[in-house]
Amino acid sequence: MFVARSIAADHKDLIHDVSYDFHGRRMATCSSDQSVKVWDKSESGEWHCTASWKTHSGSVWRVTWAHPEFGQVLASCSFDRTAAVWEEIVGESNDKQRGQSHWIKRTTLVDSRTSVTDVKFAPKHMGLMLTTCSADGVVRVYEAPDVMNLSQWSLQHEISCKLSCSCISWNPSSSRAHPPMIAVGSDDSNVMYGGKVQIYEYNDNTRKYAKAETLMTVTDAVHDIAFSPNLGRSFHVLAIATKDVRIFKLVPLRKESSSTGPTKFEVQIVAQFDNHNSQVWRVSWNITSTLLASSGDDGCVRLWKANYMDNWKCTGILKGDGSPVNGSSGQPGAMNTMVGSTVQTSQNALNGSAAGS
Amino acid sequence: MEEVDVEPTTTPIPGFDSNQKHLGFVWGPGDILVYETIYKASGGSAGGCPFVHEVRKDEDIYSPILRKLFNESHHIFVGLQRIREDLPSKNKKPQFVSISKNYRSVIRACMEELQQVAGIPSLSTLKGVISMMSHLSLWCEQNFNIFCTLFVVCDPLAGSLVLHLLDWVRLHKADVDEKAREVLASESPAEHQAYWDVVISYVLQGRMDEARQVLVKQAALQPAARVMFKLLDNLLMKMPIFNPGETQTLTEFDVKWRHWREEVDHCLQDQSFASNRHLEDICKILVGDEDVLLEYKELLSTWYHFLVTRLLFSHPTVKPTELHYYAQSSMHMFLDTRSVPEPLDSILLAAFEFDIHQVIKDCSIALNNWWFVGHLTDLLDHCKLLQSHNLHFGSNLREFLLLEYASGLFTHHSLWQLAVDYFDHCPEFGRVYLELQIERVPLDTERKALKVIRICEQRQMTEQVRSICKIMAKKALRNNRLGSALSWSIRAKDAAFATLISERFLQDYCAKGTFSDLDLIDNLGPAMLLSDRLTFLGKYREFHRLYGEKRFSDAAKLLLSLMTAKIAPHSFWMTLLTDALPLLEQKEVIFSADQTHELMFCLEELTSGKSVPTPDRPMQVLGYTPPYPLSNVCFPFNLLILFYNML
Repeated sequence: MFVARSIAADHKDLIHDVSYDFHGRRMATCSSDQSVKVWDKSESGEWHCTASWKTHSGSVWRVTWAHPEFGQVLASCSFDRTAAVWEEIVGESNDKQRGQSHWIKRTTLVDSRTSVTDVKFAPKHMGLMLTTCSADGVVRVYEAPDVMNLSQWSLQHEISCKLSCSCISWNPSSSRAHPPMIAVGSDDSNVMYGGKVQIYEYNDNTRKYAKAETLMTVTDAVHDIAFSPNLGRSFHVLAIATKDVRIFKLVPLRKESSSTGPTKFEVQIVAQFDNHNSQVWRVSWNITSTLLASSGDDGCVRLWKANYMDNWKCTGILKGDGSPVNGSSGQPGAMNTMVGSTVQTSQNALNGSAAGS
Repeated sequence: MEEVDVEPTTTPIPGFDSNQKHLGFVWGPGDILVYETIYKASGGSAGGCPFVHEVRKDEDIYSPILRKLFNESHHIFVGLQRIREDLPSKNKKPQFVSISKNYRSVIRACMEELQQVAGIPSLSTLKGVISMMSHLSLWCEQNFNIFCTLFVVCDPLAGSLVLHLLDWVRLHKADVDEKAREVLASESPAEHQAYWDVVISYVLQGRMDEARQVLVKQAALQPAARVMFKLLDNLLMKMPIFNPGETQTLTEFDVKWRHWREEVDHCLQDQSFASNRHLEDICKILVGDEDVLLEYKELLSTWYHFLVTRLLFSHPTVKPTELHYYAQSSMHMFLDTRSVPEPLDSILLAAFEFDIHQVIKDCSIALNNWWFVGHLTDLLDHCKLLQSHNLHFGSNLREFLLLEYASGLFTHHSLWQLAVDYFDHCPEFGRVYLELQIERVPLDTERKALKVIRICEQRQMTEQVRSICKIMAKKALRNNRLGSALSWSIRAKDAAFATLISERFLQDYCAKGTFSDLDLIDNLGPAMLLSDRLTFLGKYREFHRLYGEKRFSDAAKLLLSLMTAKIAPHSFWMTLLTDALPLLEQKEVIFSADQTHELMFCLEELTSGKSVPTPDRPMQVLGYTPPYPLSNVCFPFNLLILFYNML
């Protein structure tokens, strides 16, 4: 692996989250400088900042894109106890010429009493639904009943997890074989409550979310959690960032016909890695769920892969080399390549040679 | 055998210190973005963050060259899938062999380009990566065929194993021909520095004719030693080579060969070549003297060349089942100090043991790409050489590897179309993988969107079609391209969105007095029925057309039916009634008495039970202002109706 490009992010403080849109042509960055920036990728692969605006009155922890079926919509959540929904509006023609676009706030969700630690859109087949979780231990599910009117959101569910929540993950599967499912991770230091990962499932009869499973073996603080894309399997795979990287398999047990409660699962641990030495802060699956990436206290990003025998191994490490990055940052938002420029010229040379031969 | 173990590589990220900061990341299509951050819950400030780095796989560096490889091998792959299952295997075998050769030649072409590229000065910084890829592709090219030969072609009893191995080794050492040309072209070939290297290399490869041709030059220089040279030349000429095509049996060959070997041995004992070290060495090689062979390590260069040469001169009729024994010992003898074999060496050992599964497993790990192992496994699977039990993940090895390969292709902006065919030929998971990944293809242009949609439609992926159309409709609406938005909504069969866009059209009409995108609306056809509002839009436009063509009575009938059949939304009735006015004002009678009554009825329905807005407060329905306030219309309307009734 190599660094192909380096983009001068130009935030005035730490970046806490970067999110790609569905097609990988736009990205959003959010920071402790309380702003969100939106970047567009040109055909040549360069990133240009097309919007930058103040979104909250505290550090912005996460930013996420809605599915493009709902338009160009972002959600952000912050230390300031709120989450917000933003929509891009097509600007004036001179804005377009300058390559700028405008994002306006459609709604602010103020129900949380503490820092909102995660915000995620539900899978699109559920409609336009947004979920937040907070340090106050509540997961909130909001819905915009009219997808053409993003200023109207109603709080559909409040799930009380009893523990301070740090992360949520929706099971992305749209299969009718199982109801909507959401996993919640807690970084609560309270040792009274054992399991720090809870799985909630939607019940069609009660029209509520009920707890289906608590992973009792996860007793340390959980910082991130991610369901893997389903790909036609009957079981679910969940990755957890805690004091190590853990991958669980949740196998739904067959329901008796009379049972109306949530699904019971057989929980198996598939892999556990402590290479990061201490806390693991993020886990995320790539699009095809063939690779898992994790980031930890050792300042590295590690990539994990299973072979066809389901044996997991580390297949790559990304690590800071401690060197200073040279080159001027230029204009705010301007593209800046160091190592990348060598690669770019090489790419051109290769294109030339390949085309010519 | 133990699985090969390859250490994960560490990629350095410039500009930050792992000891002080965390490395944040996000997956992208074909890359991973990383940035420095600090993960903690509090909201404090910790200083700015300069860069977001885009990290890609090494393969991406030379992807323009690989593109040709991917395209051409895709072609071969698809052809292979089409070979009929029911053909008898003796018909299929030659086809498989030919396919294996085709794969090899596309790798060769790729490898040659890579080697060319490695020489370009501006790419010197990437030389390491390119040369590694070049080395790997060379390995792939050299070995794709031998695996197929060993596994597919080799008949255990035929005795031709050594011949196949010789062919393979000659591939590896093709440089000897170049050296030979250089030597022979020089002024005095026999005195050329590389002369004896060339001769001995040819002997080591069993190419006796070529060796003799070069030896002749030396013989010419030393007329006094003519007898000695003639003797060696004779020995080389008479060396028996097993020819599977001839009627000679293996035993007969064996006898002949032993006879010949004895003759060579005699010459050695007689010290016939004692005066010329080189000739003596050649003689010793001919009897398979391992110590002498090992003295020429540099010319052999690999342990497997040593293996093949050893077999040629000591065990030319070696059976496939005995091969691995000689392979192990050859490797140990050649490599002496090294105890653990390199991953690529392990793969060859596994091949010599005819352990196909081990070969595939190790290739998956050791080679930096899925191309080789994916296509090889697919070919072996077609030859029915793989046990097809289902693995842990739910399908077989072939499918696992092809899914990996095709998924990698999907991140290329143009190669994703090749991946579709690979997914099509993965019966268990191909479809679901395709469904997941095809949705992510960026819909940069309408043309591209249509291409993606066509692929989905061909496979009845209706949800993906709907989703893509919806995304395009939404994008068009955002950019105020109502016509495009409408046609995409129709294609998505999205009634709700079609309704929304139809209302926008109607609003536009009320604001400007004209319709945009007339072509589209005029030719809606049965699509009109998707939503009530859309039907109304179509019919309303039809009314305008009829009016424009002066087909007044048809227009009138249509207009009326829009209200009586409840196709028109109530909010629009005012506009319709206003549209009726010019018809009523015509000299000739257009509305029949019955129709006029119906018109009145509609007007009453509209005004009854609702607060009639004052002239100062125009009726606001869906943001549209009727051209006349209600009361204004009613008055002339009623007058006209009265007038009509008088006729």
